[in-house]
Amino acid sequence: MAEVLHHDNHGHDEHHHHDDTDITVFGFWTYLMSDLILFGTLFIAFAVLSSHIPLGTPSAKELFGDSLGFVLTETFALLISSVTFGFAVLASYKKNVGQVLTWLAITWVFGAAFIGMELYEFNHLVHAGHGPTTSAFLSAFFTLVGTHGIHVTSGLVWMLVLMYQIKKNGLTLPNTRRLACLSLFWHFLDIVWICVFSVVYLMGVL
Amino acid sequence: MSHDHNSAGAAHGNTKQYTIGFILSVLLTIIPFGMVMAGGFGRGLIIATIAITAVAQILVQLVYFLHMNSSSEQRWNVIAFIYTILTVAILLVGSVWIMNYLHYNMMI
Repeated sequence: MAEVLHHDNHGHDEHHHHDDTDITVFGFWTYLMSDLILFGTLFIAFAVLSSHIPLGTPSAKELFGDSLGFVLTETFALLISSVTFGFAVLASYKKNVGQVLTWLAITWVFGAAFIGMELYEFNHLVHAGHGPTTSAFLSAFFTLVGTHGIHVTSGLVWMLVLMYQIKKNGLTLPNTRRLACLSLFWHFLDIVWICVFSVVYLMGVL
Repeated sequence: MSHDHNSAGAAHGNTKQYTIGFILSVLLTIIPFGMVMAGGFGRGLIIATIAITAVAQILVQLVYFLHMNSSSEQRWNVIAFIYTILTVAILLVGSVWIMNYLHYNMMI
């Protein structure tokens, strides 16, 4: 983050703008921390409900035991998109609009692949009769993983809007600031996903 | 002009940072997935490995992707983050403890 802020400082004459960006990015970080508490509470509900699955409803092992390869692919899609977003931020330091847009487009494709795979998995579960109404455990599962998915989808919409703004106005100070905030958001979602695949899928199938 | 020079230098260093972060993240993802998918390991060992690699990967991404460090510009971000983790930890430990106690008392 320090790097992002540092590169927004174009000199002493624009010091006021620099302070602005500083405080905006910190404010966005504070929002992310409150979002972290939201995810924390969903993880807590999942932890409590997944430890007492009622008889006659499927356990995590039965549901996800055979789909770990699928989850691993999903994980790599999101991880790669996190790195390519980093390259978009690096390109913005060099004021290279074309490169920024290219990296953002690549990031968008990997993010969309992740969401596509998640929707496929949800659809598969619901059609197999394991929808969110099956058990409290599955309600917690769909709420937790679905909330993460909604966040990623919002990130994708935001990315499209930002790509349009950068294409139209170039790498202006407001656009660089937006890129810095979206980059925090995107990396943050990758970190939440680490907790999801560890707690929900890996620990679940043990 | 000097600013342009600086930013190019920093950008170069950052490409390296993102690459290191990516390689470490891939390793820390493959290790737990590989262990669970291969099977044959003790339950305790697998749980410990999942927990350690998850925490390690979160730290790797905080440092290499979010550039969190101990510099003074970062201090408030780090303090806000630590406080949030503390809040979530208290909620998590307390909820799991209480609910397990409740389940035990209800003999479920």
